[in-house]
Amino acid sequence: MKINVRGVIESKMIEVKNIVKKFGAFAALDNVDLKVADGELLALLGPSGSGKTTLLRIIAGLDWPDAGEVSFDGVNALAHGAGERHVGFVFQHYALFRHMTVFENVAFGLRVQPRAIRKDEAGIRKRVKELLDLVQLDWLSNRYPSQLSGGQRQRIALARALAIEPRILLLDEPFGALDAKVRKELRQWLRSLHSEIHVTSIFVTHDQEEALEVANRVVVMDKGRIEQIGTPGEVYDNPATAFVHGFIGESIVLPVEVHDGCVRLDGRALNIAADGVPSGASKLFVRRHDMQVGPAGNGGLEGAVRRVRTFGPIQRAEVALSAGLGDTMIEIDAPRDREIQPGDIIGLQPRRYRIFGA
Amino acid sequence: MNQSQLALASVTRSDLRTEPKLVRAAIIAVAVIFLTVFVILPLVVVFAQAFSKGVGAYFSALSDPEALSAIRLTLYVAAISVSLNLVFGLVAAWAIAKFDFPGKTFLISLIDLPFSVSPVISGLIFVLLFGAQGYWGPWLQSHGIHVLFAVPGIALATTFVTFPFVARALIPLMQEQGTQEEEAAISLGASGLQTFFRVTLPNIKWGVLYGVLLCNARAMGEFGAVSVVSGHIRGETNTMPLLVEILYNEYQFVSSFAIASLLAMLALITLIAKAVLERHLDEDQRPRGD
Repeated sequence: MKINVRGVIESKMIEVKNIVKKFGAFAALDNVDLKVADGELLALLGPSGSGKTTLLRIIAGLDWPDAGEVSFDGVNALAHGAGERHVGFVFQHYALFRHMTVFENVAFGLRVQPRAIRKDEAGIRKRVKELLDLVQLDWLSNRYPSQLSGGQRQRIALARALAIEPRILLLDEPFGALDAKVRKELRQWLRSLHSEIHVTSIFVTHDQEEALEVANRVVVMDKGRIEQIGTPGEVYDNPATAFVHGFIGESIVLPVEVHDGCVRLDGRALNIAADGVPSGASKLFVRRHDMQVGPAGNGGLEGAVRRVRTFGPIQRAEVALSAGLGDTMIEIDAPRDREIQPGDIIGLQPRRYRIFGA
Repeated sequence: MNQSQLALASVTRSDLRTEPKLVRAAIIAVAVIFLTVFVILPLVVVFAQAFSKGVGAYFSALSDPEALSAIRLTLYVAAISVSLNLVFGLVAAWAIAKFDFPGKTFLISLIDLPFSVSPVISGLIFVLLFGAQGYWGPWLQSHGIHVLFAVPGIALATTFVTFPFVARALIPLMQEQGTQEEEAAISLGASGLQTFFRVTLPNIKWGVLYGVLLCNARAMGEFGAVSVVSGHIRGETNTMPLLVEILYNEYQFVSSFAIASLLAMLALITLIAKAVLERHLDEDQRPRGD
């Protein structure tokens, strides 16, 4: 239980077990297991159609799974409707009540409470004022949603969700509909808000930068399955699957053949080890900045530099791999102190890499 | 100087249109003549005939007991069928717009059925059901319930014919608004009824009024279906449109057109109200929360 100046907020641990959800023949969620610790700020990250929003809606009670369990602090949540779960939900397009003022939007959750526990008018006014102060928008209380900017609507939607003192806060693409600058500000704001109120929060995003920057832990999803769960550092540095490596951060991907721990590209042996990777067709993943530039002719990868651009501390080179090495164009990042000219033939050695069976 | 500029502006503007002046004038003339002959002239004739024997004759025609009874019955039947269709229409539109279920397309076409069936056939359906030789008629009659040639039959036929108006006005509006605001309300702890009255209904109120307006205009003006089930009992089961026909056939032109003028005025008021509502309806449709 966490206590803060705005009163007692009791946050909850969420546990999701073997969730299956199908829409017709399409499996939106395929046996998903997830534990979210009390007070955590978790990101569900994945491309569209990966099932992340469906999972969020099931936790909120807006959708029902075909099979599986959802529990909050060990109590079965599926036995309760959305209204009884005390979950604050922030919709992708905010879903503010268009015919109500900002004040009435935030007050809604308080006004519809059963009479026995409902606050009186003065109590409601006080609480709404606190929430509008929290999102720093108390000066907008008499406006209608149509008169607000996207970022303001987002914050009002959050204040409305917090009005019911939710034990869990769920946000669906919270920054999806905003322009880049507002997004950045709101990200930082959401982080600081979370550290202030400390309610268990899950947000859905398809933007890896957003997930890595805001969340304590990231859940990477694809095709209705969880690919990896880890801290932002873990999913970036140690991707568990080919999908995660390709989805998070930019990667160079080369089709290779693994044979008894020896890696070949188009028949030519590369100078790298493939410990623990089963023999057969595989994929070599290397981050752009993990490709070390050296002299050509040492065996291994080599290619001709086609173009060089510089961005701040790095230079990005487009390299056409030599014939017999996949005939592909790759982009690498090298430090500025390394001299690279278009037309150079250079050797490339992966410093860090991952090989996944294809 | 100013005028020459204006003239110049009008010349350039008319030059932008490719049709020759003569063609344009002809097209406009056709439209004006058509409107005059088919809309304005009949309206003028109705009022001219109604007042042809003076204002006194007009009002005495309207205060005739038969006329008063017809006006009362028309208002009564309209009130019943509009309120029934308001409830049906809201429920049907809500179900269709906010939920997915098998047979939804079938239900939508079923709602349109009264529009595609001739009103006389609609009336005959009720004769088949409630007539002396009908399915339920004998049983109901033996229990002293009279549907045909009585108010219930007229109300039923009118309700059937006017069924689509409210639902038709609401379905596209509610589909466009989606379900997110309702979901937000539910997740904030609102009950189903609270969600409906606090979120759904305020968002569609102009659409509801629009549907009710059209439904009412048709309910008061319905002739075919009502004619079949009414039995034309003078002073009892004659609605205004039926009385207009009867009086006309009896060569009581002033009385006939006096009542017709009331229906014409209803049409004019409906038209104005419709224009006003359509402006508000645009507000509902514009997703203000988005």
